[in-house]
Amino acid sequence: MSFPFYVSPEQMTQDKAEFARKGIARGKSLVTLEFDGGIAMVAENPLNLSKIGEIYDRISFAGVGKYSEFDRLRKMGVQYADVEGFRFSREDVRGKALANLFSQVIGDEFNRSIKPLEVEIVVAEVGDPQFVGHEKNAIYKVQFDGAIMDLQGYCVIGGSVENLQSHMERNFRADLPLGDALRLGREALQRAENGNPDLPPESLEVCLLERERRGRKFRRLSADELRGILGL
Amino acid sequence: MRFGFRDGYQGSSFAELLESQFPHLRPDLSGLYTGERQVPTSHGTTVMGVRFADGVIVAGDRLATMDYRVASRDIQKVYATDGYSLMAIAGAAGPAIEMARLLGIQFEHYEKIEGEPLELEGKANVLSGLIRQNLPAAMQGLVVVPIFAGYDRRRRLGRVWKYEITGGRYEEKDFDSTGSGSLFARESLKKSYRENAPRPEALRSIIEALTDAADEDRGTGGVDTLRGLYPTIKIATESGIEDVPDEETASIYEQVIEARRARSQS
Repeated sequence: MSFPFYVSPEQMTQDKAEFARKGIARGKSLVTLEFDGGIAMVAENPLNLSKIGEIYDRISFAGVGKYSEFDRLRKMGVQYADVEGFRFSREDVRGKALANLFSQVIGDEFNRSIKPLEVEIVVAEVGDPQFVGHEKNAIYKVQFDGAIMDLQGYCVIGGSVENLQSHMERNFRADLPLGDALRLGREALQRAENGNPDLPPESLEVCLLERERRGRKFRRLSADELRGILGL
Repeated sequence: MRFGFRDGYQGSSFAELLESQFPHLRPDLSGLYTGERQVPTSHGTTVMGVRFADGVIVAGDRLATMDYRVASRDIQKVYATDGYSLMAIAGAAGPAIEMARLLGIQFEHYEKIEGEPLELEGKANVLSGLIRQNLPAAMQGLVVVPIFAGYDRRRRLGRVWKYEITGGRYEEKDFDSTGSGSLFARESLKKSYRENAPRPEALRSIIEALTDAADEDRGTGGVDTLRGLYPTIKIATESGIEDVPDEETASIYEQVIEARRARSQS
């Protein structure tokens, strides 16, 4: 008869965290940044499987790590937002509540299951000047252990992001025009350790939350549109 | 907890999501019937969908009645259910408006979950399901008989469907109308309709038909010049949904009335 070994909670948490970090580090990175007309999400992703998605009128989602895991989280977010919007009103669906939900779910999964989720996600909410109290942008980052961060300006997720982070720190300014913001996002991604030093528009996935758009503010840019905006 | 990583509904239908996870939120009107007397509800009246050269036009009057009284003079009976589709309601206003709202959410939900919108035919089919679900309420008098229309971006044309209370769905090749004044509207459209008519001609046919329906049917509201209330007219084309402005409707209505005046004076 075999006895299970005793593993201290500290050790177990450390092991899980290390496992999750390794999993996330294998994937590509993703940059979320504010520009003068809203919020942009830029990812290196030559595939058809999206990392970025629309959640609700003013809210978008992005994930890195294991596709099956963050895509399931994205769908859960859409379900949550649509149910809340149906039950109450469209203005009642807010990014903060959604980020909290993700934090709870990812945190629970980290604590309870043997294998933690190998994901890192961002929830972005663009401000709407038409509604009092809803004017500001918000960017939330949720880590593999459920830790949630409220960020301003920009946010980088994915594997080995030190270079991207420092590039963004040096070059990011508030109210950049769209073209400059997307160029900055692309430059940052090109600095990733496992990144492509010359990213063509076809290898980029770019989605915007545009403040001035009526109703659903989410828009996915095609490679052609992107080429035009980047001036390539 | 209703939202977890492992459990919960995994499909792309909003109606099924409500059914399986939030049954208390699903609109259920089957308890409205009191046995002796029907609960008074407001009713919508003449709506129509007409194909034309660039797509399809959907129009409806603005009057809702409750028995012999006016319930609302400026109700909306034509709804954009997404960027390329329109639904016009006739019948019990409450459930019909709820149905239009649910349909819009369903299309959006599918598009966000799957990353691609439903095809127009798929959208028409979803509405069949909602009508079928409403059948118990319809048997008790809360009948909803909508028109669904939209621009089919795969086939590059406008399409229009009519429904019956069982959820049966029939695609029309030219136009259709439903509601208490629909008989008169259809008779009127039959005479003025021309295939692939340009926009001004199609709009004029529609406004003539609405005027005829309002003339013969007490439940259909015509143009209310006193309050400046005009029928709702929406157009679905390749470039999306467009509202016909009241000014344009007013000027076409003037022409229609002028022509009739001239006829009665000669």
